[in-house]
Amino acid sequence: MNTEAKKCSIVVFSGDMDKVMAAFIIATTAAASGIETSMFFTFWGLKAIQKGNLTGQGLFGRMIGLLNRGGINVIGPSRFNFGGIGRWMFKKMMKDKGVVSLAELRQTALDLGVKLQACQMSMDVMEIARKDLIDEVTDVVGAAAYVAEANQAGITLFV
Amino acid sequence: MSESLTPNLVLDLKGLLCPMPIVKISQAIKQVAVGGVIQATATDPGVLADVPAWTKSTGHELVKMEREGKVITFWVKRTK
Repeated sequence: MNTEAKKCSIVVFSGDMDKVMAAFIIATTAAASGIETSMFFTFWGLKAIQKGNLTGQGLFGRMIGLLNRGGINVIGPSRFNFGGIGRWMFKKMMKDKGVVSLAELRQTALDLGVKLQACQMSMDVMEIARKDLIDEVTDVVGAAAYVAEANQAGITLFV
Repeated sequence: MSESLTPNLVLDLKGLLCPMPIVKISQAIKQVAVGGVIQATATDPGVLADVPAWTKSTGHELVKMEREGKVITFWVKRTK
């Protein structure tokens, strides 16, 4: 019996549907096991906590916003996406087998008290504003905040 | 034996896949008092490994687990 109060800290670097899903499954399970859990979304990972609107101010920023549009329902799998067909196929297969959708899984994580943190620097580079992220994001932080969190964690993962 | 296995809460987890059975149990355990027992039925064979792992992490007690065909029934007691 392990009653040590350790934390779980996950870096979500990838914006791929399958990898984000794995991150949320582990986060919800850790939280359900009584472990204080936080997820740090950086670079492509920000897509999983974006509202899904177009982003960016400058030419490159708007280009990224268009070609790399965020939103939990639009991200595709890391393999076999085939321009969105793979995403549709995986979503259908998961639904048919009774696996919860990524959006439901994210909501479950929030319900269980998982903290969602966004990387300030990635947001600056990719011209993603706080208002482009879902309201439930706990805070916008830097690497030092992640390190402080991870330093207390018994489980640290980079997805 | 029958006394300790009388459930205070019955949970239907049939059809749910990982991680939802564990999520649901973790939410349900808060609804029974300490010493209370949850009886749950599931169809995901993953629970055979995951429920013992969850009780190990949380310190709650897995009283009993049995499998009949595709249906797995288990009893979890809240310890704290």
